[in-house]
Amino acid sequence: MDTRFTKQEIAFREEARLFFAEAYTSDFKPRYEAADYRQWQIDWQKVLYERGWAAPGWPREYGGPGWTPTQRYIFEAERANADAPDVIPFGLKMAGPTIYTSGNEAQKAYFLPRILKSEDWWCQGYSETGAGSDLAALKTRAVADGDDYIVNGAKIWTTYAHYADWIFCLVRTSSEGKPQQGISFLLIDMTSPGIKVNPIITLDGQHSLNEVEFHEVRVPKANRIGEENKGWTYAKALLMHERTGIAGLANSMRGLAQLREMAATERHGGRPLLENPSFRHRLADVEVELLALEFTELRVLSTLAAGAAPGPESSLLKIKGTEIQQALQELSMEAAGYYQGVLTDERGKDDSGHPFGGAVRQQYMYGRAATVYAGSNEVQKNIIAKAVLGLA
Amino acid sequence: MNFELSEEQEMLKNSVARFVQDHYGIDKRKAILAGDRGFSTENWQIFSELGWLSIPFNEASGGFGGNAVDIMVLMEELGKGLVSEPYLATVLLFGSLVQALGTPEQKADLLRRVMAGELQGAFAWLERHSRFDLDDINTSATPSAEAWLLNGEKTVVFNGADADQLLVSARDSGDAAEIALFLVDANAAGVSRQAYRLMDGQLVANIRLVQAPASRLGSGGNAFTAMQAQVDAATLALCAEALGIMQYLQESTVEYARTRHQFGAPIGSFQALQHRLVETFMSCEQTRSMLYRAVCSTQEQSRQRQRDLHALKMMVARNGKLVGSEAIQIHGGMGLTDELPIGHYVKRLMMINTSFGNGDYHREKFVELGA
Repeated sequence: MDTRFTKQEIAFREEARLFFAEAYTSDFKPRYEAADYRQWQIDWQKVLYERGWAAPGWPREYGGPGWTPTQRYIFEAERANADAPDVIPFGLKMAGPTIYTSGNEAQKAYFLPRILKSEDWWCQGYSETGAGSDLAALKTRAVADGDDYIVNGAKIWTTYAHYADWIFCLVRTSSEGKPQQGISFLLIDMTSPGIKVNPIITLDGQHSLNEVEFHEVRVPKANRIGEENKGWTYAKALLMHERTGIAGLANSMRGLAQLREMAATERHGGRPLLENPSFRHRLADVEVELLALEFTELRVLSTLAAGAAPGPESSLLKIKGTEIQQALQELSMEAAGYYQGVLTDERGKDDSGHPFGGAVRQQYMYGRAATVYAGSNEVQKNIIAKAVLGLA
Repeated sequence: MNFELSEEQEMLKNSVARFVQDHYGIDKRKAILAGDRGFSTENWQIFSELGWLSIPFNEASGGFGGNAVDIMVLMEELGKGLVSEPYLATVLLFGSLVQALGTPEQKADLLRRVMAGELQGAFAWLERHSRFDLDDINTSATPSAEAWLLNGEKTVVFNGADADQLLVSARDSGDAAEIALFLVDANAAGVSRQAYRLMDGQLVANIRLVQAPASRLGSGGNAFTAMQAQVDAATLALCAEALGIMQYLQESTVEYARTRHQFGAPIGSFQALQHRLVETFMSCEQTRSMLYRAVCSTQEQSRQRQRDLHALKMMVARNGKLVGSEAIQIHGGMGLTDELPIGHYVKRLMMINTSFGNGDYHREKFVELGA
């Protein structure tokens, strides 16, 4: 048992640190100050692509760097420490791995390079109004018509559908057998006639989520991943990929450091809030959980080959990781005192004069999503109970 | 990055597990605890024969020169079996302090006897008022012509009732009243012992020292830093034992939930219980991760090491309490019985929680160290 970095890993850390210091310059201002968020995000991802680092988890043969799990961990930590944004996961972390794992050669050849270069913005069409935690209850139908499917139905909670060029969708192609057995996995061009995107405004006052309607949308069968009615299998594999990243440990580590800085500048009883025993004890409780979770993630990563997805233990990472995120957001709100209520405009600006009140409110409100999305934490517990503890 | 055990460590793990299978079990344990010594002399000889009593001592002293991972492996398995032999008191506290501070003669004599299983030791530091502060002691040591003379009273001394030799912390007679460690023959004149039992079954003692003759461990100087370092190492080992206990509680409770039927179904099929068992599962995994983190950082600088150890003890306190109380609750009425092992494991876990600082104590220390 030894978790010390090797000489090569230390050298890699320096390389990553230097890269972020040079690449994430004042040209890439924080998201809320950007005039065109979509373009800003794409530009940043293209910088990563130029360096060959847009898809740390991909195998080398598909254009990934072929890193070890430890390198990916180091890269992620350095990214967060530089306050550099994460990539949008739907293409690089979800559609991409699904296509190289379960797609055919033509799909790999067309989509993978475009995803790597951030030429396409992807979104995820899973949930429906009647299919949330019970995802297999989904009703959006794809009916065969020659070389195409005709898709009818609606998806909901679709993050950045209003920016997206493509959506990967779970659709019903059969009502036979168990609900899971009649689902197929389709890649759908968002410019197809019959698609309508309706915004959903969330608690933070922002527009990230959408409803996506499909009216007689024609989708070539060539855009189906794998076999018809086997989509559930591909979707489950993808969810495992999704859950690992979702622990968001590097961001939480960085968030903890920022919270400390906030609490050092705010005053409580005439002293820095950071010196308040009750506050710092609560901070310590979160930090300890985070220190442990960092090693839990390393334990999971250390068993993985490059490009592979972890098993049901990724549910643990998802639950604990999102609980920590929310605990940090809650403490940040408390640190802000009255200013936690400050509303900001679309670019995150406000006139309160307080340095972070508006930002932490926005993060706190949107952050409520973390324990809901990608399979609610309660669903994750069902998965662990069944798959790990053997309870049924 | 690797979390694998070495081949030797795997062998050690298997060997302890085999010992537990052959020599332990809740009824055997009860019989062992009911004996005069509170542990089994035969078992202690087996420990010696299997080399376990030599693990932490360096090769120059005739030991194996084991590291923190070796001790972790051993203690976790001993925890799983709820083994009550005084490994912590005699080997990890008494023995390790002798190794860290003793003169070559003291080491040669005492460690040889410890490793042979011939000597029981105890580390007597706590006084009525000390609570968790190792340096809050009043016992005094005064030099006389033949020996140092100790005066004071030590309490809750682990293995204190059975120990042949005591290591007593005391303040010397110099102006700085520095803390030093003294070797006291437990049967010497001026030493009186009052033995009693704790809820985990272990036999401890209060020890009164009145002009008790002693010899200084080592050749002088302040012993506090070395003492703290050995107590830290022992705390880490205790946390490994705690994890073994938590693991046992978790596995038996899951097993119980799978086999116990109510309302015509296994109670483990009810979501209310499933989610609670997932919480305790995650608590065990998080504690394991924190243990690995603390074990790995024994190679790091002292601040990092201290921080991770405090974090670990905090986590063992919080998660141990959860896992223990859920084990009792989910076992229902059976969880309350003396017959089932569950309660015995929980009581040991509670003693570990309060040994060398509880969760609140370590959280204060963690916070004091800063970011």
